[in-house]
Amino acid sequence: MKMAIAWKALIQSLLFVLLVFAPGVRAASKVNVVTATEDLASLTQEVGGDRVAVDSIAKGYQDPHFVEPKPSFLLKLQKADLLEVVGLQLEIGWLPPLIIQSRNPKIQVGAPGYIDMSTFCQILEIPTGQITRAMGDVHPLGNPHYWLDPENGRRIAKAVQNKLSSMRPNDAQYFAQRYADFDARLSAAEKRWDAMMAPFRGRKVITYHRSWPNFCQRFGLVVAEYVEPRPGIPPTPSHTLAVINLMLQENIKLILVEPYFDLRTPESIAQKTGARVLVMPPSVGGVKEVTNYFQLFDYDIGLLVKAFSELK
Amino acid sequence: MKTASWTKGNIWSRLLCICIMVYGCKIPLAAQDTVELLDRIKAMEDRIKSLEAEVAALKAHQGEQPAVAAPAPVETPTTTVTPVAAQPPVEAPQLGGAGAAAAKALNPDISVIGNFLGGVGYGANRTTPSLEMHESEVGFQAIIDPYARGDFFLTFGEQGVGLEEGYITFTALPGGLQLKAGKMRGAFGVVNTQHSHVLPWTDRPLVTQNLVGGEDGISDAGLSISRILPAPKNIFLEGTAQVFRGDTEGVYRSNRRSDVSTIGHLRAYRDLSESANLTLGASYSHGHSFWGDGSNELYGLDATFRWKPLRRAIYHSFVGRSEFVWARATMNSVAGPVMARPFGYYISADYQFRRRWFVGGRFDHSGRFTIERLTDTGGSVVLTYWPSEFSQIRGQLRQTRYGEKLTANELLFQFSFALGAHGAHPF
Repeated sequence: MKMAIAWKALIQSLLFVLLVFAPGVRAASKVNVVTATEDLASLTQEVGGDRVAVDSIAKGYQDPHFVEPKPSFLLKLQKADLLEVVGLQLEIGWLPPLIIQSRNPKIQVGAPGYIDMSTFCQILEIPTGQITRAMGDVHPLGNPHYWLDPENGRRIAKAVQNKLSSMRPNDAQYFAQRYADFDARLSAAEKRWDAMMAPFRGRKVITYHRSWPNFCQRFGLVVAEYVEPRPGIPPTPSHTLAVINLMLQENIKLILVEPYFDLRTPESIAQKTGARVLVMPPSVGGVKEVTNYFQLFDYDIGLLVKAFSELK
Repeated sequence: MKTASWTKGNIWSRLLCICIMVYGCKIPLAAQDTVELLDRIKAMEDRIKSLEAEVAALKAHQGEQPAVAAPAPVETPTTTVTPVAAQPPVEAPQLGGAGAAAAKALNPDISVIGNFLGGVGYGANRTTPSLEMHESEVGFQAIIDPYARGDFFLTFGEQGVGLEEGYITFTALPGGLQLKAGKMRGAFGVVNTQHSHVLPWTDRPLVTQNLVGGEDGISDAGLSISRILPAPKNIFLEGTAQVFRGDTEGVYRSNRRSDVSTIGHLRAYRDLSESANLTLGASYSHGHSFWGDGSNELYGLDATFRWKPLRRAIYHSFVGRSEFVWARATMNSVAGPVMARPFGYYISADYQFRRRWFVGGRFDHSGRFTIERLTDTGGSVVLTYWPSEFSQIRGQLRQTRYGEKLTANELLFQFSFALGAHGAHPF
């Protein structure tokens, strides 16, 4: 009888210890977030502050379509509480095997720790009609470079806030505050960016890949043609010639190239048309100076404004 | 429910359109006084705004109400609208991607990979046809439930159909474990785990042909369990243990239930820099002898060095790889145990020098499971062209000196092409 009471007491005290300390320990630990790209990492950091530890898989200066699924990423994914992906099949070539091999039930597709940011954002270039690979490396679900519209950045941040709050209800207030602060700073920045780009609305540009529809829609640029004949297909002589003719005809003076593409073709086009090649990062981390979401737009818009002003 | 509310939303927007149309028609077209006309337009704008606000309010309200078919109030346009505080028109951009894929969302990803092979020249021991649709691999891959996924790869040769792999992978096991069950390629070394179409050559190395199960490799029905093991910082260490029925052409044969074959594999990976990395592996396999009463053992070591500059990842890369296999075949005969200890290896290097061009070479050396000490050696030079990531054209010049003092000089060529959604391959 005495033994039973002793056991009961022991179990009760153990339970008590668990109840009291377990949540405390939990709340103190940071949420481990792994993101597919540095853009998502930056937005998550904005909202999560010091309550999250964020790491991204793809670097901003590498082509997010082609990332090697290296086992070192598994070490990060293994410990992740939350995996944020761009979605729309951007990561189809490398993320699925990483998720499977991570052996982490929390971040499997469909689990609460897996979040596809494209579901919260405005998506452009959703193909209609028949889709075939004759169209190149086409994204059947829409253009995945949607983070380049600050409005979508805001939506992503909101989604991050909601997700983090559901994972750490105790910190919900903190995340809400941080989101509100981010929202305010973004609104102010947007005013600035809009004002900077206002004189150049309607200008035509050439881009290498279809990375900029959201950016161009937002800031009023018109993408007249692409250096790639079709998405993911390297430039061909005949298409390059067509681009040159179009640029001469329509007096287009700017070619935007992502930092991971070869500059030979864009530069030869520029030479023949008197245009200028701008290496414009589409992602945070694309160049050294761009370390967060705000700097990405500051940098890109700065480049554009400078180029447009110099070109008159 | 979703569909219902959407339809309801649609009704409201239609109603709004009707309102506008009805009201619009009321404008006397003959109105000559521009001021009056402008006033009317302004009034109409205000009206539209308030109607929009009302629709938005109703839409918001709708969520709380059960989906009841709303009776169409035909007289809406004439009823006076209580002025709702003029809100900015609610912009509703379409959020989320395409919905068209939803109809077939639960179908597995289906892919077909064609592997067409041709050969010219004298092949000596290893004769392959001049032209051959060597393999058509059909893949079905899907997530089964929240706990597992399934992968099937059927290979259609010119003669018949085979199941190359078909297994379930449990992805949500506790303790960082991963369990696979089904037919699968054994985790012995590197090449044995890979499908033909991901190899950088048209063929498999001599050591695989002679000692590790030939073209099909060790691919058998069994169970596989693997785990990421604790290791010093920045080192990825993975252990895999597999048990198979014990049938592999030219290596293992299972006569009884107890004649299972096993594989153990340890893989260590480390990033040397952001663009270079090194993988080292050690493998062991054991099973019942293919030829009679006895057992076979295989020991393997593999090393892979990769380089890919991240900023130019789509233009340049390098992979250097080598695998060493030591085999020990023991046969019990009347005169006592007979042993054969063949050894084999290959060293290969592949360099991507343009976005679409790869050049590579491989040196082969391998003994055979025979008592006579016959050794084959060979060398290959490979050139590959990728029109896109879904097709490749490859030529391979191969010289092989067989143990019987035969020399084969061949030109092999390959077209391989992928249809559909083929899941990405693990690293």
